[in-house]
Amino acid sequence: MKNCEYQQIDLRALRTSTTRTSTNKNSQRVRRKWEVFPGKNRFYCDGRIMLARQCGVLPLTIVLIFITSGLFFRFDCPFLVHQLTVFIPVIGGVLFLFVVITLLQTSFTDPGILPRALPDEAADIEKQIDNSGSSTYRPPPRTKEILINNQVVKLKYCSTCKMFRPPRTSHCSLCDNCVERFDHHCPWVGNCVGKRNYRFFYAFIVSLSFLTSFIFGCVITHLTLRSQSVNGIIQAIKESPASVVEVVICFFSIWSILGLSGFHTYLVASNLTTNEDIKGSWSSKRGEESGNPYTYNNIFTNCCVVLCGPMQPSLIDRRGFLPPDDTPPIVTSDTELPHFMAKNDTNMCTQSTKELLESVAHSTMIQSTCTPGTPKTTPVSQESLLSTVSITVSPSSKSPSTGCSGRQARRPIDVPCSQRGSKQAALHTHKTMLRVSSPPYSLGHSPIILSDAPNMGFIPLN
Amino acid sequence: MSKVKGSPGLCFVEDRRSNNRKRSSSAMAETHSLQDLRQAAVTSKVFVQRDYTSGTICKFQTKFPAELESRMDKQQFEETIQTLNNLYAEAEKLGGRSYLEGCLACLTAYTIFLCMETHYEKVLKKIAKYIQEQNEKIYAPLGLLLTDPIERGLRVVEITIFEDRSIGSR
Repeated sequence: MKNCEYQQIDLRALRTSTTRTSTNKNSQRVRRKWEVFPGKNRFYCDGRIMLARQCGVLPLTIVLIFITSGLFFRFDCPFLVHQLTVFIPVIGGVLFLFVVITLLQTSFTDPGILPRALPDEAADIEKQIDNSGSSTYRPPPRTKEILINNQVVKLKYCSTCKMFRPPRTSHCSLCDNCVERFDHHCPWVGNCVGKRNYRFFYAFIVSLSFLTSFIFGCVITHLTLRSQSVNGIIQAIKESPASVVEVVICFFSIWSILGLSGFHTYLVASNLTTNEDIKGSWSSKRGEESGNPYTYNNIFTNCCVVLCGPMQPSLIDRRGFLPPDDTPPIVTSDTELPHFMAKNDTNMCTQSTKELLESVAHSTMIQSTCTPGTPKTTPVSQESLLSTVSITVSPSSKSPSTGCSGRQARRPIDVPCSQRGSKQAALHTHKTMLRVSSPPYSLGHSPIILSDAPNMGFIPLN
Repeated sequence: MSKVKGSPGLCFVEDRRSNNRKRSSSAMAETHSLQDLRQAAVTSKVFVQRDYTSGTICKFQTKFPAELESRMDKQQFEETIQTLNNLYAEAEKLGGRSYLEGCLACLTAYTIFLCMETHYEKVLKKIAKYIQEQNEKIYAPLGLLLTDPIERGLRVVEITIFEDRSIGSR
């Protein structure tokens, strides 16, 4: 009797312990896709917020906006409310909020990153390229020509993402991602500007130009009124020194911000991107037949399409769960899937089922054919990626990245050299960044930790 | 978590899936063909690429791939892809509704995107449901599986071809 009871408990304990350990093991292993994202991005709030790895001078942008607005509300508004109207801080407040919200949205939104092609897809494309008749001893031409609105457009093959880039897509070297409708990589917002966040960026620069003009105008009015009451501009400045700081910042910012807003308004009205404009893709020098094939030939329609068009959701699915990759097919399916099911909604149910089917199919194929297949190689790349991601996310290592971005930002700023506030340098920075980033995608310094990662996915385990 | 006799993993999965989807017992018959696919080996994958002749809108080529010639009807395939193209066109349609959504979003500094589901997302859910139905009704019995393009970044429609022998045995 005692022996029977002991045996029963033993069996049950064994079963629960194995399920528990395997569940624990699997629950530790179940990760979200952002943790293994191959591009150079940082993720916060469990994948809800994303930034470029080199966030550039985003902190400087935020600090400048807050300082200028803070000084305005603290030192200029009381005087102006007393002399003029209470609406001044109200308008200033609304503009300030708008600027901050749109800035944060530009920085934290996925600009339209295209996920990299999976190995099967990449192999299929390589096969198609090889079949197109070029010799095997020289690399085949990695472009494809298509007709869009009776205009010949060349699609380039991206060797990092292993796919033919859709039209208007470009690979950002700083973020190491292909971005749809790539405009430019803005160091001031610390992110690429692409299809999904262009409207936020445009709203940001337009509202910022309104804000800087408004603050500039108000501060000038304040100093003028004060100098009339104290009979001297010097005395007025002595009484309100903060206003001078604001004037200096706003004066240097206005030219570049207004210029940028005007430039982007032109781009929006003609449905162009900065990238296309800089490269002169549709300029008349290429012949009269070439024109922008994407324009609707109507300023109003172009504006509506670019700014108010439908908002595509993020394609990289950063909060999705990774499929089980290195677990044996049958044993873990009943222990792991409940965990999946509990966390995912119905959409993910289908996804996880399909991925389970595919991973099962993959692993059975691999066991039989021993090809360098995906599921076996992903643990290598994922773990190393995770280690490199964890290194760069930790605050102690912040200095290298800011040092790099400092170095990178300093190069263009050295050219117009010592302008305080250096918002004027923004325009130079924009242009220099664009010119540099188009062909040789390296500024010669960036610690390309993750650039090796895509290759690792193809190295067989043994 | 009850133990189910037979092949534990997928039966359990299919039951839960059908509960989640609130479908009738016809789901059980349909899951048999997906269960067959689990036991089948993947022969190859076909990728239907994007068609950019109308611009950057999401549209897939309706050209019938050669690998599927022995498996299915050309008409059926073209109909599936055409329906998908129409659904994507509906998602990206520029009209009064999308402009209204865009203007409202602009006025609220785009904060409504945090609480509201966009029209595009609603259509994507419709597309997912459509692909699910197509898989169950048409493709799984033929030993094929369509993958939702959104899972491949809207680059391709991936069709997985499974071995034929396990389908015939049922």
